[in-house]
Amino acid sequence: MRVEFLYWEECPSHEEALARLQAVLQEEGIVAHVEVIRVETEEQAERLQFPGSPTIRFDGKDIVPVPEGTRFSLTCRVYHLEDGRVSPLPSKEMIRRALKGSLDTRTHGRRSG
Amino acid sequence: MSALEIGAPLIPFALPGTDGKVHSTEDYQDKRALAVIFTCNHCPYAQAWEGRLIQLQQEYAERGVQFLLINPNDATKYPDDSFESMVRRAAEKRYPFPYLRDEDQSVARAYGASRTPEIFLFDQDRVLRYHGAPDDNYEDPAKVREPYFRNALEAVLAGRTPEPAKTPPVGCTIKWK
Repeated sequence: MRVEFLYWEECPSHEEALARLQAVLQEEGIVAHVEVIRVETEEQAERLQFPGSPTIRFDGKDIVPVPEGTRFSLTCRVYHLEDGRVSPLPSKEMIRRALKGSLDTRTHGRRSG
Repeated sequence: MSALEIGAPLIPFALPGTDGKVHSTEDYQDKRALAVIFTCNHCPYAQAWEGRLIQLQQEYAERGVQFLLINPNDATKYPDDSFESMVRRAAEKRYPFPYLRDEDQSVARAYGASRTPEIFLFDQDRVLRYHGAPDDNYEDPAKVREPYFRNALEAVLAGRTPEPAKTPPVGCTIKWK
């Protein structure tokens, strides 16, 4: 599985977000290299379609769908948690759900292929 | 750029608010404490703490405490921080405090602010008594162990020195022009 972690240094919670991602991978028994990508310029943000820091992708798919028309730029990302709170980083549950979704897609893809 | 030091006097200002009025620090001379809080619309840290600031203002208003929220961000790079968006947010969230626009960023620079949110709390003599973060958990109000700002408010209202008087501000960097 391809796991990407994109961040902008000026958002202070990226280390915590990376730790959460690694914890979820470990808890789910997934051995995968996490590609950590430091986004430093607006051009890079545009090219990488970076909606804000931190951003996590499994097999190229964002753990939270990025709405149409989102501006890609150097910014801190807003996550809406399950209970309605706003947070600068995704919860472990959000990461876990997206991970399981990606694993399901892979499994079904293999079966149908 | 270094931030205002504890013990420093308030730097007066007058800024336009989302309510259509210009708010001057002199308008609040009767208040027992004045909190100048740099914040913004787009930042998740500011959004995460927003509800707690609203609650604190409501709770402490009758004890003579006034918050002044200031958005200094460059709205050309961050359109969510435009004055129009500020007006919308203040209305949606029913802000119980003025929400002011620091268009030329001169107030943020004068205070040496660097993050949103970032609190500067002045006592009745308008001496800086607390500078820093609202508390120690931006993510979950139920898990706050150190309500720095609330403790500082209590200390200032009781004529005591807040402990701690300074905490590192946590949040998005101010978007300078």
